[in-house]
Amino acid sequence: MSGLDLTIVWAFLIAFAIFAYIVLDGFDLGVGILFPAFGKGRPRDVLMNSVAPVWDGNETWLVLGGGGLFAAFPLAYAVLMPALYAPVMAMLLGLILRGVAFEFRWRTVRAKWAWDLAFWAGSLVAALCQGVILGAVLQGVQIEGRAYAGGWWDWLTPFSLLAGVSVVAGYGLLGATWLVMKTEDDIQARARRLAWPFAAATLAGIVAVSAATPFLDADYARRWFSFPNVLATAQVPLLVTLCAAGLFLSLRAAREVLPFLFSLALFALSFAGLGVSLFPFIIPGRLSIWDAAAPYSSQLFMLVGAGVLIPIILAYTAYAYWVFRGKVGHEGYH
Amino acid sequence: MDALLLARAQFAFTVSFHIIFPAFSIGLASYLAVLEALWLKTGKEVYLNLFKYWMKIFAVAFAMGVVSGLVMSYQFGTNWSVFSDKAGPVIGPLMAYEVLSAFFLEAGFLGVMLFGLERVGRKLHFAATLAVAAGTFFSAFWILAVNSWMQTPAGFAMNDQGQYVAASWMAVIFNPSFPYRLVHMVLAAYLTTALVVGAVGAFHLLRDRQAAGARTMFAMAMGMILVTAPIQILAGDAHGLNTLEHQPNKIMAMEGHFESHPDGAPLILFGLPDQAEGRVRAELAIPKLGSLILKHDPDAPMAGLDTVPREDWPPVPIVFWSFRVMVGLGLAMLALGGFALLARLRGRLYDWPLLHRFAVLMGPMGFVAVLAGWITTEVGRQPYTIYGLLRTADSASPLDAPAVAASLAAFAVVYFAVFAAGVFYLLRLMSHPPHPGETGAEELGPIRTAGVTPGPAAHIAERHS
Repeated sequence: MSGLDLTIVWAFLIAFAIFAYIVLDGFDLGVGILFPAFGKGRPRDVLMNSVAPVWDGNETWLVLGGGGLFAAFPLAYAVLMPALYAPVMAMLLGLILRGVAFEFRWRTVRAKWAWDLAFWAGSLVAALCQGVILGAVLQGVQIEGRAYAGGWWDWLTPFSLLAGVSVVAGYGLLGATWLVMKTEDDIQARARRLAWPFAAATLAGIVAVSAATPFLDADYARRWFSFPNVLATAQVPLLVTLCAAGLFLSLRAAREVLPFLFSLALFALSFAGLGVSLFPFIIPGRLSIWDAAAPYSSQLFMLVGAGVLIPIILAYTAYAYWVFRGKVGHEGYH
Repeated sequence: MDALLLARAQFAFTVSFHIIFPAFSIGLASYLAVLEALWLKTGKEVYLNLFKYWMKIFAVAFAMGVVSGLVMSYQFGTNWSVFSDKAGPVIGPLMAYEVLSAFFLEAGFLGVMLFGLERVGRKLHFAATLAVAAGTFFSAFWILAVNSWMQTPAGFAMNDQGQYVAASWMAVIFNPSFPYRLVHMVLAAYLTTALVVGAVGAFHLLRDRQAAGARTMFAMAMGMILVTAPIQILAGDAHGLNTLEHQPNKIMAMEGHFESHPDGAPLILFGLPDQAEGRVRAELAIPKLGSLILKHDPDAPMAGLDTVPREDWPPVPIVFWSFRVMVGLGLAMLALGGFALLARLRGRLYDWPLLHRFAVLMGPMGFVAVLAGWITTEVGRQPYTIYGLLRTADSASPLDAPAVAASLAAFAVVYFAVFAAGVFYLLRLMSHPPHPGETGAEELGPIRTAGVTPGPAAHIAERHS
């Protein structure tokens, strides 16, 4: 069964694409969420410029996540999209509004406020919907045969809303710490002040979602708390605690890069925690990755391309970040 | 309305909006690469000015293409989940290749192209421009492979879950209609861009015949149209013959051939196809010309839709008319190219207002022709999503009409607001003539108020100095 191995390979590749999307678009959506907290004019221009050269590449990981799911796990894609119809549509509309704002706000003086509003609201809605989607997947989806069998509002529960708000807080934290790293002076000081409440809210969200998850499904509890799994899984909350401490200490010490790195680590740990809860299911309790996998020929064909192209993509993405390294526009018109 | 029709309307609406932007950005990315190459080779300021002028326009159009394309990658699942489940193993990997080989390439280097000229130097910047242009072409390659496979499926088998699986990837990708569709679409993108560039040049020549940038872009665009329009007509003819071989029902609808013609089919120029009655009213036709064009023999017999069960008929009036719109515009483009050649021979390329007015009028016609062409081929594929294999009615998600209707309404509102604003900004950028010392995107355009940050470029240039 050589197909077995490729299914796991593809599960990890899709997970990697989703994680890359979450942290990369996370900070630029976060910048959008924080937008109204900064003054009109120069501060907002600096915020926008800090992500303008890279946002498009960041968002491409979402296309890979969706396209990759379609290609590698078509059944999961076919079940999840109708199940998540409303939040997916709302997310897409949010991403449209904030995406075009990058270009449109420079093309008008009169209506600039409208595109600033679109940038903020679009970012917020997209982030909220992504969290809701996460929560809705975790709480499970009804299936009959090879199709979604639930209702149009099944995704909407207190748990999915909790997850939505948590993701908004987390993206806000990523955005704030990104700005601490990329800006200076008054903008940086404001970003640093904003990082505190968003960090607190993110940690509260992580704790609340983690505490609620084992009650959703007995399988989640078993994967986390059964012996000997617990020896490994217990490290996750421990590391989260350490990273949280590091985050707050580095913010207090006015460090520039460390808060962003600790925030990324918090996301990585949360993502690993989700992996522990879900694996090997792609739709909890219903569809395992093997049930949903594309045939071996499709997996293999794509793997050839992914194996060659993903390293190249990572290389030139790193190059693009390197080209735009350092602080944004701090000289102004000196 | 039922959910299926709403789902089709939503897909048609979002994909029609989307195709406009790639049709422009595929051609414009190549044009930018040519302009930058000419600047690097000759050192002439006019090419750099034109490059920066069109780059600002490209940035706006590209952003709209990205966000409207993002929607497409999720709509397969939201509205066509049965199709996604069944066809995913074949077309999913092709789309994954599009993301990996095209979208990342475009997105990764777009930032460098827009903001990085001062940071990376001329050579690396030109490499970034080439990477963006290559990305737009790869994107067309893969997505047209997907579309063509849905039109002329090949190289597949069925598995026991009822999914289509690839038996030969080469046969899947290079399916019978793919080479024709790829050539036809890429040429269409080049023509569309040339028409826009030519119209903008002509618009400014009507105001000032001496404007250097306007002269250069007008001459380049007219040359492009002169060469590309006839090739496109030949490519379209070849594509039609290919369609006759593999999708005869579509040709019958395009031609309005409800009845079979055992001794030579006419070419119906105009008429009012009546789907219910199965005949063309008020028909104006040239006898035997249809067979001559499609079979290269005036007396060749041609089957009509009367040989096809009614439930397999595509919607004839739509296909019939969209096809005529496309062909008519193609001939008008040929005429524009010929007119420009005449003007060039008479030395009046820059001072013949009638030519310039004609070029301005033709500016948006590439988009119209592209839309008409896609409507012809996509509506002509009906009532199937995968031609001859999977019916549209059997492809949809388990949909609830109110959910689709609500999202369709939301898409309509947002698209009309966003894209109307975008088109307005594009037209405003085009309404300014290119001028010496044209600012680039890194200087945030002429409309920005004074006192804003000059962007990252100035800062690094300063820090490194």
